[in-house]
Amino acid sequence: MSTLRQIVIVGGGQAAAQAVDTLRRRGYDGGLTLLSDEPHLPYQRPPLSKKFLAGSFERDRLLIRHAGFYSEHRIDVRLGYRVVQIDRDQMQVSGADGSKYDYDALLLATGSRPRRLSIEGADLQGVHYLRTIADVDRLGRELVPGRRIVIVGGGYIGLEVAATCRERGLEVTVLEMSDRLMNRVVCPEISSFYEEEHARRGVDIVCRASVQGIHGDEHGRVRSIICSDGNQYIADIVLIGVGALPNDDLAVAAGLDCANGIMVDAHCRTSDPRIYAAGDCALHRSHQCGGSVRLESVDNAFEQGTNAALAMLGESPRMPAIPWFWSDQYDLKLIIVGLSTGYDRTVLRGRPFDRSFSVCYLRDGELIAMDTINNAKDQMAARKLVGQRNRPILDRLADTSRPLRDCF
Amino acid sequence: MQGNEHRVDGLAGRKLMEALREFDFGVAAICGGMCSCATCHVYIDPEWLSRLQPAEPAERDLLAELRHARPNSRLSCQIDLTDALNDLALTIAPEE
Repeated sequence: MSTLRQIVIVGGGQAAAQAVDTLRRRGYDGGLTLLSDEPHLPYQRPPLSKKFLAGSFERDRLLIRHAGFYSEHRIDVRLGYRVVQIDRDQMQVSGADGSKYDYDALLLATGSRPRRLSIEGADLQGVHYLRTIADVDRLGRELVPGRRIVIVGGGYIGLEVAATCRERGLEVTVLEMSDRLMNRVVCPEISSFYEEEHARRGVDIVCRASVQGIHGDEHGRVRSIICSDGNQYIADIVLIGVGALPNDDLAVAAGLDCANGIMVDAHCRTSDPRIYAAGDCALHRSHQCGGSVRLESVDNAFEQGTNAALAMLGESPRMPAIPWFWSDQYDLKLIIVGLSTGYDRTVLRGRPFDRSFSVCYLRDGELIAMDTINNAKDQMAARKLVGQRNRPILDRLADTSRPLRDCF
Repeated sequence: MQGNEHRVDGLAGRKLMEALREFDFGVAAICGGMCSCATCHVYIDPEWLSRLQPAEPAERDLLAELRHARPNSRLSCQIDLTDALNDLALTIAPEE
């Protein structure tokens, strides 16, 4: 057992919650402090762009652990607390209010923040980003049936909000910079499927749209969006969902190794052995694709939050798992298993027409990733078979009468 | 907490998974109840099994792929708690 007396966690999201849970569950009984700049206890973010925005999910159901959990486990939680500095020599963090916390081990679970668009009019009233409960409270109030929302960015956030807004009766336009939706995460076949689905539901999808500026009315309220080709889109509301940036400023200022994220090893340890990082803010070597990756997902926050806690206690990390991601749009449940980076071939399993199918991604004959849509069987099988250097037999893979595990 | 029998009382109107989380019984429930991750897998006491609404196809498909699946396996995020289910007995399944 370790000899730690005081563990401090900066951040209050999924990775932070998972770390405190693991520390106490594994018998750590020393001081445990959680410093979060949000006014809420750690909560689930995925429902924010879906059920919670739709108004069909009560606020207290978002909490990862209820309030009693933290007091029962003697976790000193400070909400609305912003850490401004890490003093590595003194092993101390200081807050905006001047208070200081000593640590023997420190976990940075600071998450990520939406990338801001630096264009004219981006600060007008009615222009939104989506990351926190507060963001959804602001956006949700504006979602009145019949109003026009223009969404900048055709990624997960943009498309999930598009689906929610259509279901709430708004007019929806999505402006995507590249030539297809979700272009960084899925193959063109899946992009087309989603483009058709959103069009069928009445969303106006515009690809290759380069947003130049946002115009407001005399009250400082958004009125329209202008693209560089001269096209103008009338907007009562604008949502910008163009990716996220890691909250690594504290780590950078403290001199920890960072490169668009806080660099960590397999134990989630940073370049200072007393400081760990986990979740969206952490950059790790992927055993699957070789390079450094920073993953923005609940699964990754869960795995890394657990591993950081285990490492603090001197225990081995969990077996490296295949990362997975999900996105819910309308009645379509997309689950991505593995990282498709560098794929050289795809194989379709099933027919998109049936609204239940999968796409297999191969590299040098090995199954490296799978996207499944409304296909629970393939999804769960993929979690065991993807990224294990398995070489599927291609015509078997395309035969949906065969379970995935029998395709090798 | 795996392997021990638990009894769930109260919290009608919530999902069983939420109750297990509330009672700190140690279900991971990573996906938060979307019937996706199977980390809220439980074994329902056989006496209680028939009193639950049967599993939907998506839940059955997921369960069919689990190593630790048994005939009384369910995903707790797919079970609505009602007053009739007070004292429901179950065991948390091991992690896949």
